[in-house]
Amino acid sequence: MSKITYREALNQAMAEEMGRDDNVFLMGEEVAEYNGAYKVSQGLLDKFGPRRVIDTPITELGFAGLGVGAAMTGLRPIIEFMTWNFAMLALDQIVNAAAKMKYMSGGQYSVPMVFRGAGGSAARVGAQHSQSLENWLVNVPGLKVVMPSNPADAKGLLKASIRDNDTVIFIENEINYGDVGEVPDSEYLIPLGKADVKLTGCDVTIVAHSRMTGFALAAAKELAKEGIEAEVVDPRTIRPLDENTIIQSVAKTNCAVVVEEGWRFAGIGAEISARIMERAFDDLDSPVIRVTGKDVPMPYAANLESLALPSVRDIVEAARTACGRA
Amino acid sequence: MSAKQKQDAGITHDGVFFAQEELHKMHDKMLFIRRFEEKAGQMYGLKKIGGFCHLCNGQEAVCVGLNHAARPDDNIMSSYRDHGHILARGTEPTAVMAELLGRSGGVVKGKGGSMHMFDASKHFAGGNGIVGEQVPIGLGFGFSNWYKDDGGVTICIMGDGGINQGAVYESFNMAALWKLPIVFMVENNQYAMGTSLDRASAETQLFKRGISFKIPGMKIDGMDVLEFKKKMDEAIEHTRSGQGPILVEAMTYRYRGHSMSDPATYRTRAEVDEWRTGRDPIARIQAQMIKADLATEESFKQKDRDIKKEVAAIAKSAESQPEPDEAELWTDIYTDPIAGAYPYPGKVG
Ligand SMILES: Cc1ncc(C[n+]2csc(CCOP(=O)(O)OP(=O)(O)O)c2C)c(N)n1
Ligand SMILES: [Mg+2]
Repeated sequence: MSKITYREALNQAMAEEMGRDDNVFLMGEEVAEYNGAYKVSQGLLDKFGPRRVIDTPITELGFAGLGVGAAMTGLRPIIEFMTWNFAMLALDQIVNAAAKMKYMSGGQYSVPMVFRGAGGSAARVGAQHSQSLENWLVNVPGLKVVMPSNPADAKGLLKASIRDNDTVIFIENEINYGDVGEVPDSEYLIPLGKADVKLTGCDVTIVAHSRMTGFALAAAKELAKEGIEAEVVDPRTIRPLDENTIIQSVAKTNCAVVVEEGWRFAGIGAEISARIMERAFDDLDSPVIRVTGKDVPMPYAANLESLALPSVRDIVEAARTACGRA
Repeated sequence: MSAKQKQDAGITHDGVFFAQEELHKMHDKMLFIRRFEEKAGQMYGLKKIGGFCHLCNGQEAVCVGLNHAARPDDNIMSSYRDHGHILARGTEPTAVMAELLGRSGGVVKGKGGSMHMFDASKHFAGGNGIVGEQVPIGLGFGFSNWYKDDGGVTICIMGDGGINQGAVYESFNMAALWKLPIVFMVENNQYAMGTSLDRASAETQLFKRGISFKIPGMKIDGMDVLEFKKKMDEAIEHTRSGQGPILVEAMTYRYRGHSMSDPATYRTRAEVDEWRTGRDPIARIQAQMIKADLATEESFKQKDRDIKKEVAAIAKSAESQPEPDEAELWTDIYTDPIAGAYPYPGKVG
């Protein structure tokens, strides 16, 4: 095991996969000579040269489409969006082309590629640069959506995503880039579609992804002081969702809190609550509680910004209510 | 004619010799596409084809000229007006008709219909229904030609309406910046649905649209298959030789409405006739071949009868196919499905 950052873990995943397969290339704004807006691609240009690490003009729709076309010919593009906010310009290529090409072509053309970049709320950058848009993307059949919450997951999941034969939406967390964690030294992959129980407990299930996994673990610590044992489930892959792990946990705890940073309306929490209702209704002692970002554009002022986001306190309170110890 | 003379028979167009065998092939394919589209129109009228159906009558010389110029391993990207292009590419016509009818033997198993024709074995990559969407994808195919250094080029087709999409200029810029082997081909059939070129374009000379990206442009008569093939050869050679992308404007005309529901009242009868009777690509090559003693009016009539019969048989055979198996609903969404993950088949209803 080595202690590395989330950023370095992503960098190692790309370097290893580019080293083993010449069909893998990285393209995006500032990925090459500038070493990445968030330095995730640090050193890759030096290692692999300008054929495989390519700076683009600021032209998201165009280079997203380039990735789709290249993937259809058997290459394995990694298309970096500086942040997912800017991927909104490329939605046509993601939703209408990448996700549907295999179906529309009757299976003749696959689109084995990764769209990756920073997502989630950032700090003090206002409404356009700070938001969670994963619920837009998980809605689309044909896409896989992966959101790692720590360095070890980031590395293993990105390597698996690059090798996957379908289009993977890989949403990193901007605030987590500097987080340090233990990462195995020998090569490993983490299969897509498998949740991870980050903490076992028997009193309440807390489902949380990406940065919210860390919040949920912090909440669990608080709850432990009160004698409440929380189980924290990180789905890691949001689509397809490892529903069984969530259902099994609820069967044990009989209550659940679902946490997400994004907006509440038609969010991931709504989907997960519905699934728990569909499959574990009889196991529930209380209604599922959602802890979400507030239904507002992200404000700039520090106090308003923190009000807009879920907090550890919100999760603690929801968990107490869910297990009847409020 | 002696045997030797017969072998040498052909037509020299602007310094380029076309042997009679190639001329017959081009003529027959154009006529086949024309009759195929007429049949598709009929089947639509009988409600056997559903949804949107965009015919290419009038534009056959562009489809056929392009495919005589491109190599089989070059990539072709098309919009939704794709029947003529996929037929010209050599895809089995019964599979194309079956696709129109939503049958199991369709070229994409009945999952695409008129707008989404694909044939990967022939490097024909759609079949794209979002106007202009195929241009960045074509950029990716051209990028792949460059990355793999495989000697192929990509021909990326768009309409006179499609060329107004922003994605086209993003693609022009990157293609030129990286000198990718791409022929951007705009089929200027004068209209985007009901909007004539001059009502939508500040610069109506579309071949000039690449100038600020340093992409050279060529305007080609798309109603003359020999001229089109000759110029397309030059355009493809330009990009294959490593000189970067080129923009070709194919001057053409669609005889029918935009789609089957369009009576095309936005243009005059006289205008349609001017193209249809004055510049028809099939009538033109027939006249040239008769003049060169390579065929007779009677031989063309016979050919036409044969093709009509062939097309009727194709329609009948396609129609006799079953609809796709219901299990097909769930296939081709993912290459690597993840077992047990909702909403895959067999999981939570
Ligand atoms: C992005 C988008 N906007 C609008 C449409 C509806 N639409 C379909 S075809 C068309 C006209 C396109 O004309 P042109 O590019 O000239 O091609 P042509 O039909 O003449 O071959 C329009 C507006 C669409 N399919 N996609
Ligand atoms: Mg047009």
